Amino acid sequence: MAKVHQFEVIVVGAGGAGLMAGLYASRGAKTAIISKLYPTRSHTGAAQGGISAALGNYEEDKPEWHTYDTVKGSDYLGDQDAIEFMTSEAIDAVLELEHMGLPFDRTPEGKISQRPFGGHTNNETGKPVRRAAHAADRTGHMILQTLYQQCLKNEVNFFDEFQVLDFIMVNGKAAGVVAVELATGELHTFHAKAIIFATGGHGRIFEVTSNAYAYTGDGAAILLRHGVPLQDMEFFQFHPTGIYKLGILITEGVRGEGGILINGKGERFMPKYAPTVKDLASRDVVSRAIYTEIKAGNGVDGKNYVYLDVRPESVNKFAALDGRTNPDGSPYNITGEQVLAKLPDIIDFCRVYLGVDPITQMMPIQPTAHYTMGGIPTNKYGEVVVDDKGTTVPGLYAAGECACVSVHGANRLGTNSLLDLVVFGKHAGLRAAEYAKQAEFEKMPEDAESASMSNFEALHNGSGRENAFDISNELKQVMFEDVGIYRNEKDMAAALEKVRELQKRFKDVKVTDTGKVFNTELLNAWELGNLLEVAEVVAVSALNRKESRGGHSREDYPERDDKEWLKHTLVTKQNGELKIHYKPVVITKYQPKARVY
Amino acid sequence: MEITVKIFRYNPEKDQRGNYVTYKVEAHENDRVLDVLEYIKGKVDGTLSFRRSCAHGVCGSDAMRINGRNMLACKTLVRDTGANITVEPILGLPIKKDLISDMEPFFDNYKKMLPYFINEDPIPENGRERLQSQEERARFDETTKCILCACCTTSCPSYWANGEYYGPAAIVSAHRFIFDSRDQAADERLNILAETDGIARCHTAYNCTEACPREIKVTKAIGEVKMAMITGKLD
Repeated sequence: MAKVHQFEVIVVGAGGAGLMAGLYASRGAKTAIISKLYPTRSHTGAAQGGISAALGNYEEDKPEWHTYDTVKGSDYLGDQDAIEFMTSEAIDAVLELEHMGLPFDRTPEGKISQRPFGGHTNNETGKPVRRAAHAADRTGHMILQTLYQQCLKNEVNFFDEFQVLDFIMVNGKAAGVVAVELATGELHTFHAKAIIFATGGHGRIFEVTSNAYAYTGDGAAILLRHGVPLQDMEFFQFHPTGIYKLGILITEGVRGEGGILINGKGERFMPKYAPTVKDLASRDVVSRAIYTEIKAGNGVDGKNYVYLDVRPESVNKFAALDGRTNPDGSPYNITGEQVLAKLPDIIDFCRVYLGVDPITQMMPIQPTAHYTMGGIPTNKYGEVVVDDKGTTVPGLYAAGECACVSVHGANRLGTNSLLDLVVFGKHAGLRAAEYAKQAEFEKMPEDAESASMSNFEALHNGSGRENAFDISNELKQVMFEDVGIYRNEKDMAAALEKVRELQKRFKDVKVTDTGKVFNTELLNAWELGNLLEVAEVVAVSALNRKESRGGHSREDYPERDDKEWLKHTLVTKQNGELKIHYKPVVITKYQPKARVY
Repeated sequence: MEITVKIFRYNPEKDQRGNYVTYKVEAHENDRVLDVLEYIKGKVDGTLSFRRSCAHGVCGSDAMRINGRNMLACKTLVRDTGANITVEPILGLPIKKDLISDMEPFFDNYKKMLPYFINEDPIPENGRERLQSQEERARFDETTKCILCACCTTSCPSYWANGEYYGPAAIVSAHRFIFDSRDQAADERLNILAETDGIARCHTAYNCTEACPREIKVTKAIGEVKMAMITGKLD
C-alpha cells in the first residue's frame, strides 16, 4: 500500500518555476513541492547570462521594445497577448528577485547591472540594448538559490528526491499524483486539489546538449499519456555556442560582452548573416549561420566547429570597428581581468574541459541542444489548455520549460527563459491556490498507483535482450543528426521510424537491480521511456510542419509560410497513436513580416 | 586507453558492509569520471548507483572521493586522474548505497544558518532595487558561488571527528549573508556560529579550500566570519 499525503496544491519540480509556484501557492493554500532532485540541483541553476527586463538601468529601454523583440524572436509564432503580459510583468519580477536578496551585479550607481544579449534591441535605432540583468555568468544559479532560500524562510513543504510517476485525474479534474521515494523505493500518493507541473525540458533526446541528465520530459510524457496535448514540439532551440563535443553551454553573455564568432579561415562571419546586430542576432539565426559556414567548408580544420573569441585584443578591435561605446559614450575597451570577473564560470569550464584559456585562446564551439519552446499548452495563468477553444482541466497547471504559453513561439530570446519561469511560476502558483480554496478534493481511486506499479514490473520483467544504455545513445544520435538544426522529409521520416523501432526494443529492456533503496537503474529506465515518447512527438511535429520558422529549419521548405503555417501544432495520443491538431496564434499589434537582424 | 576503476560498493539490502569492486574499461583521456561511471552502469553493472544531474560542475550532485580527494565526478577528467581510479563516497555522512550518501545532515546544518535574505525594512518607495555599491557587492561575491555539493564539509577533519560541527559549507552560506550590505541578520548568524558546534571547531586544516570545486577560498571566508565575531565589524 502506498503512503498517502494530502495537500491543497502539489507542485512537481523544484527548479525556478516550481519554487516560484510553491512560494506563491503556499501563501494561500497548503502546499508541497515534490522534486526528483534536491531543489538546488535543478537545471535552472545552469542558466548563465541573465534575466531580461526593460529596467533601463544604463540606457533607455521600454517593455514595448521587449515585447516586439520577443515577438520577432519567436518568428511570429508566440502569442502576443501572453508576451505582452510577460514583458509588462518583467520589471517587477526582476525587482522582486532583488528584494528577495538576489545578488545581481551592480552599475556604478548601485543599481542592477544589465548586459546586451542576442535580439535585445532599441527598436528605434536597431542597435543592441542592455536588458539582461545578471549576476556574473551564474544568474540562474542565483535565482535558484534565492528562490529555494525564500521557500525555506516561508517554510514551504518539500519532498526531496521523490520521482513523480503518474498523474491522477478524476471526473476530468486533477486529483493527485503518484511518486516514488528514491531512498526507500516506496510509492506515495499525493492527494491534491491542484497540481502544478514544473518538470523542465527534454533536451536529453539529443546527443549534444547543454541539458542536465534530469531533463527527460517527465511531466510532458505523463500528461501526454492522460490525453493532454503537447504543443509546438517541433521547435527546439539549438544554442549557438556549446563547448565542442560536450555541448556545455557558453553563455550568449560572452558575445554580449563583445565576443565574436570566427570561422576556420579566421574570418568574422556574422555580419554576412545579420548586418545590424551581427554576433548578437537571435539564437536560431546564429546557429544556422554556424552550420552554413561548416557546410561551406569553413569549419576549423574541416571539422564541425568554429571559434568563439573573447580575447581582449579581439573584443577591443571589433568593438572599435563596430563603433561600440560604453554607456558614457567612451570607446568600449575591456581587459583580461574584466573578462574573468564578468565570465568566471565560462573561463573555468574552458580550462577544465578543453584545456583552453579564453583570455589568450579561442574557444572551439558548436551549436548544442538547449531549450524546448514546445510543451504542455497553458494560458498566461498557467492553466493547462487542451484544445483550440481554451478548454482547461480544472486543477491542472504547468509552468516553466515544460509549459508552452506560448511566449517563445518558434525561437526563444536569450534570458526570456528565466523571466518565463519567474512570471508564470508565480501566476500558476497564485491561480492554483485560488482554485484550491474553492474546490473540493476529488475522491482518490483505490488503484491510483496500479499503473505505476505495473510500469515498474514491466521494466523488471523484460526479456533482457536489449540494453537501455544502447537504446538511449541510439535515440540521441538519430535525433541530433536527423531532427536537429537542419531537417528534411527523408531524414526525419527515417528518424521517426528509428524512434518507433527503439520504442519496440525498449520493451525488451530488463532492469537488473531488484532493490528498493535508490534503484537508479529502474528510474533511468523509466526516464528513457519518457524520452522515447517525447522524441516521437518532436519528430512527428517536425515532419508535419512544411515550412521553416525559428528553430525549425527545413532544407526542403526553406521559407516561412504564414499562409499555411501561422498556427500552433497540438499533438495528442489516442490509443497509442499520435494525432495532430492546430490552434491559432494570437496576434495583437505585430503583423508578421520578414525577420532581419 | 584501458583504465582500472575501483569503486566502493554497498547495497544495504544485501551487504553487511561495503567492499571494493574493480572494473576494467576503455576510456578517453578527455572523458569525465562521470562518463566512466555512466558507462559502467550502462554496460557492465546496472546496479551501480550514484547521483548526477548537470554533468558540468554547477548542480553539486556528484561529489565523491576520487583517488582520495573530494571532487565532482563531472569536473574530473581521466587525463587528470590517470589510468587507475578509485571512487568512494564522500566521508562523514551515512552511506545509503554505493556512492550515494545521506545528505540530510548536511542540509540540516545549512538550514541552521538562516540561509535566506533578511531585511525587514520596507522596499524603496519607488519600488526599485535596494542600492548596493559594486564594492559592497564584491565583498561577498565568492561565497555566492557555493553549490552545496558538500565537498568541503566532508573533507574537513573536524567534521569527521565530530558530526555535530556545522561544517565549512554552512559557514560559507552564512558568510554570503553576513557580508551582504543589504542583509540585517548578521548578528543572529554570528551568534549561531558562536555556539559550541559552530566556528570554534574549525582548526584551519585548509582541506575545505582545496576540495572546493568552485574554487571558493573557504578557509578565508571562515576566517572573515571569525574576525567579524571577534571585532564585531563587517568590513
